[in-house]
Amino acid sequence: MSEAKLGTAFISLLRRDLMLAYRHRAQMMNPLLFFVIVVSLFPLGLDPEPELLHTIAPGVIWVAALLAAMLSLDNMFRSDFEDGSLEQLLLTPHPLPLLVLAKILAHWLVSGLPLLLLAPLLGMLLNLGSESLFPLLATLALGTPVLSLIGSIGVALTVGLRGGGVLLSLLILPLFIPVLIFAAAAVGNAGAGLDITGQLAFLGSLLALAFALAPLATAAALRISLN
Amino acid sequence: MWVGAGSSVFYESGETSHFMREQARVEAVGLAISRNDRYIFTDLNFSLEAGQILQVEGHNGSGKTTMLRILCGLTLPTDGEIRWCGENIRKNLAEYHAQLAYVGHAPGIKDDLTPLENLSLAGAMDRPRDGANAEQVLERLRLPAFCDDVPCRNLSAGQRRRVALGRLLMLDAQLWVLDEPFTALDPAGRRLVEELLSEHAKAGGMAVMTTHHAVNLDGCTVHRLQLGT
Repeated sequence: MSEAKLGTAFISLLRRDLMLAYRHRAQMMNPLLFFVIVVSLFPLGLDPEPELLHTIAPGVIWVAALLAAMLSLDNMFRSDFEDGSLEQLLLTPHPLPLLVLAKILAHWLVSGLPLLLLAPLLGMLLNLGSESLFPLLATLALGTPVLSLIGSIGVALTVGLRGGGVLLSLLILPLFIPVLIFAAAAVGNAGAGLDITGQLAFLGSLLALAFALAPLATAAALRISLN
Repeated sequence: MWVGAGSSVFYESGETSHFMREQARVEAVGLAISRNDRYIFTDLNFSLEAGQILQVEGHNGSGKTTMLRILCGLTLPTDGEIRWCGENIRKNLAEYHAQLAYVGHAPGIKDDLTPLENLSLAGAMDRPRDGANAEQVLERLRLPAFCDDVPCRNLSAGQRRRVALGRLLMLDAQLWVLDEPFTALDPAGRRLVEELLSEHAKAGGMAVMTTHHAVNLDGCTVHRLQLGT
């Protein structure tokens, strides 16, 4: 008798989500374009002084990254909920938190990783010095997975609700504040030549915490949403 | 086979049939569900053994779908429990889910994937039947050959329903839970589902389904459970 294999299920689910994202390339690009546009609006709206831009760059890039993450999060479970795939996910013999982790990983690969690739360009646009480039990438690498992980809890709680989008922002954005504070501070400090190990360590510990707990919370929230 | 409940359910007894995995048994014990402070049904009991098929009937809003979702472990009943081989399913949900295949109102297939991709995925995510092959399953479902490569969103409702039912053939599940499996199917499709059901029952499987159609299964007794009379 054949057995259900967790590894196969994890990889299949990850591959399915990446394939679906690829087939909806345009939809996948929207949050990224949003990220680029929001960041590039600031030099237009403010006084385009290189010094001013240099000061606000870390905060602007990070706030735009948070908002772009909010845009992409809403789709994480929505279509699965509507077409019944989510029910089927709950009915497999595998631990739901691990399947949820596959979906979160797919979300990050599709919406978080591209932010990392775009960020250096936007940094140059905002006159962010080369000394801040590595810190910016490091904070994004540590911070964007946290956004996907924490965001998944909110999405799972609101997936069954009509007009859940606004509620999702209200639930999730406050939880993103620690990431914003430490990430923007790290990039700012690097620009001023200060040590950023502390901030990076904090972001790393937030990532570890979210990695350990968010899939469990998301799985529980999904069970409630589908009850 | 016995079914029964307070005043809302009558039962028709039948004879158990075939024995392969005969020790398996699914039972509902004292199920009750309330919505908006009103009980939809109370004290619902039934027991189903290997080789038996249960057809759940009832008017709209009588709680058929809710009952099936409780049976799957998706919805928590207000009262009572579901038992698999004598044990509450909540105690070992993973083991129970390994024995279960559910086809609900929502098809559980991705519209942007082809039928082949959908069925392969269904097999990979759960406990696949020995030697199950998505292509053979599609052939068995009698989908036209060109359907294999087009996204499911381009198929008709009946064809999509056939793909959704393909999950039953991909998985090695003893208990099938089907919510209106005949919806959108043409007469040939309905006969196909009846064929699958009677094969399943003869191989020692069991099935619980809701439908308003009269079901005609060769050599199997269909037990009936009436909700909300």
